[in-house]
Amino acid sequence: MKKNLKAWLYLLPAILFLGVFMVYPLVDVCVYSLEENYNFARQSFTGVGLGNFHHVLSDPYFVQALKNTFLIVIITVPLSTGLSLLIALGLSSIKPLKNLYQTVFFLPYVTNTLAVGLVFMILFKNTEYSQAMVNLLITRLGGTGVDFIEGPYWAKMFVMCFYTIWVVMPFKILILTSALASVNQDYYKAARVDGASSGRIFWKITLPMISPTVFYLIITGFIGAFKAYSDEVALFGTNLNAAGMNTIVGYVYDMLYGDSGGFPGYAAAAALILFAIVFTITYINLTMSRNKVQYM
Amino acid sequence: MKVVLDHLTKRFPARSKKDHDVIAVNDFNFEIPDGKLIGLLGPSGCGKSTTLNLISGLEKPTSGKIYFGEEDVTDLPPEERGVGLVFQNYALYPHLTVEQNIIFPLQNLKGEQKMTREAMHSKAMEVARLVQIDQLMERKPKELSGGQQQRVAIARALVKIPRVLLLDEPLSNLDARLRLLTREELRRIQRETGVTTIFVTHDQEEAMSISDQIVVMKDGILQQIGKPQQVYDDPVNLFVAQFLGTPQINVFEGRIQAGKVWIGEEAVLDAEGKQDGDVWAAIRPEGFIPDPQGVLTCSMDRVEVMGRDISIVSTHEKMTGRNIRSIIGAEYMPKDSSGTIRFNLKKNKVHLFDRKSEERIK
Repeated sequence: MKKNLKAWLYLLPAILFLGVFMVYPLVDVCVYSLEENYNFARQSFTGVGLGNFHHVLSDPYFVQALKNTFLIVIITVPLSTGLSLLIALGLSSIKPLKNLYQTVFFLPYVTNTLAVGLVFMILFKNTEYSQAMVNLLITRLGGTGVDFIEGPYWAKMFVMCFYTIWVVMPFKILILTSALASVNQDYYKAARVDGASSGRIFWKITLPMISPTVFYLIITGFIGAFKAYSDEVALFGTNLNAAGMNTIVGYVYDMLYGDSGGFPGYAAAAALILFAIVFTITYINLTMSRNKVQYM
Repeated sequence: MKVVLDHLTKRFPARSKKDHDVIAVNDFNFEIPDGKLIGLLGPSGCGKSTTLNLISGLEKPTSGKIYFGEEDVTDLPPEERGVGLVFQNYALYPHLTVEQNIIFPLQNLKGEQKMTREAMHSKAMEVARLVQIDQLMERKPKELSGGQQQRVAIARALVKIPRVLLLDEPLSNLDARLRLLTREELRRIQRETGVTTIFVTHDQEEAMSISDQIVVMKDGILQQIGKPQQVYDDPVNLFVAQFLGTPQINVFEGRIQAGKVWIGEEAVLDAEGKQDGDVWAAIRPEGFIPDPQGVLTCSMDRVEVMGRDISIVSTHEKMTGRNIRSIIGAEYMPKDSSGTIRFNLKKNKVHLFDRKSEERIK
C-alpha cells in the first residue's frame, strides 16, 4: 500500500470523479428501489422490500411500455443492421459519386432528432387543413389513408420503427463501410481465382471478415433500442402514456418528473428491471456469437 | 498446358491530366512451353506482376491475346481459366483452417464437377501431403510459420489441378534460409505435378536457380527470354548483363579502335572485324585472372576473403559504379593489398555494348 501511494494519488481524481458521479448514483438507485412508499418531501419510507418492483410490474402503463420497447428492439435492430449492410455493400462496390452517396446516407446522423421528428410529422401527421404526405400518396394509389400519429396502434408502431431505423442507420452504414474497406482486396482476388460466386464470397469471406464489426453493431443496437425515448417524444409528444407509445426509459422519466411523477422508488425499480433485461440480452448475444465472430 | 502471349499490351490510364498513361506491359510476344517453370524477372515496377495478373484474368489486357494451349482465354474471367494463383502475402482466409482453405476452391465447383465431402477431403489430403503440411490441417493460418503458410497457399492453388500455376513473388516474405529451402521445394513440387508454372521475382538469383527459362523485363518491355545460363552468358543488352549476376558485372568506358578493345590506354582484347567507336566493356567478376604481365591495370583497394574464393576490390579510372569486383580462386591470394594489380581477361566473360543504344556488339 505504502509503495503504491503515489499510484493511488495519481488515480485519485478519476476515482473521486467516478465515485461521485457513477458509483454513488448506481448504489443510490438500488437503495431507492428497495425503499417502499418513499416520500420526497419528508424523505421517509415505510419499509424495505420488493414492493416497488411489484407495483411497477403490475402497472398497465409499464407493461405497455415493456411491450412497446420489445417490439421496437425486435423489429428495428435486425432490419437496420441488415439494411445498413446492404447499403454499405452497395456503397463499397460503386465508384462514381461514392462520396456524394456517403454524405447523403450520413446526413441523418448529424441532423437533430427533433428536426427529423418535424420532417416525419409532415410525412405522417394529418392536420386540420391537409392530409399527411404518405396518406396523400396512399389515396392517390387508391387506398384509404390512416392516422399514423393518433390512429391505430400498428400504424403508430410502424411510424415509430420506421423512424428509429432511419435514425440509427447512418452510423451503422458508416461503420460497415469502413469495415468493408479494411478487408484486404487480395482475399477477393484469391476467391475469384478460386471460382467463388459473389454470394459465396459474401457469406464465406466478407461476412466473417467483418463479423466483429457486425457483432459490435448488433450489441450496441440492442442496448440503444432498449433505451429508446427521445425518438418517441419527437413523434408523439411528451404524453407518451396517452398515445400508448411509452417506452421503459419514458416510464422511468414519467415516474420521476412527469405529471404522474414523484416516485423515485418506482423509477429506480423500472430502471433496474431495464438493466436486468439489457444485461440478459447482451449476455445471450455474447454467448451465441462466441463461435460465429472471427477476431483476426 | 503451354501459354502463349500474343502482342499482349496493358495500358493504365493517367491518374490526372499532368500524368501520362503507364504502359505496364508493352507488346509481349512469347510462348511458355508445357510443363516448364518460368521465372518472370525484372526490377520493381517493370510490369511483371501485371503480366501475371493478365494471365490469371484479374486484369483485362488493353490489346493482344492470351492462349492456354490452343484455347483463346483472353475474355474468360479468372474462375473459368483454370489457373492457380499464389499471392505474395499468400491471402489465406484467416478465419478458415488449413483444410478449409485448401478445400475452398473445390467447394466452388458446380454442376457435374461437384464433389462429395469425402472426395474433397481426400483431395485436400493428397495435395497437403505433396507440400508436406498434412500434419497441420486443423490449424488456422496465423498459427503457422511463413513457410508453412506459403505451402498452404500453394496447396490451395494446386488442389483444382490448374492448367497454369502462377506465383507472385513467392519467396519474398521468407527469411534467407527458408527462401533457399522453399525454392528447392517449389522446384520439386513443380516437377512432381508437371503443371506449367510462372513465377514473378525481382531476385535474379532465385530466378536463375530454379527456372527452366527466365524472362527478363524492364519498363514493360521484354528484354530477353532464354535458359538462365544462356541469358547470363549471352545478354542482349547492357541492362540484362547488369541485372543478372552477383556481384554485378563491371562496366568500363571503352572503345574499339583498330581491331582492339581499349580501356583507357590499354588494349585488353582483340576485336577483329568490329567497327571502331565508343563502347561499354562489361566484365563479369569471374572473368579476371591475376597476372603480373596482365593487360588491365587496376589500383587495389582491398581483398575480401570468402573461403573458397576471394574477391579483389579495385578501382580504375574508366570504370562506372563504385569499384571493380573480381572473384578469383583463393590460391591467387595477393601478398599485398595495396598498389596496383594486373589482370588478364577471359574472352567469353567480356561483353561489349554500344555506348548509345546499349545493345550488345557481337
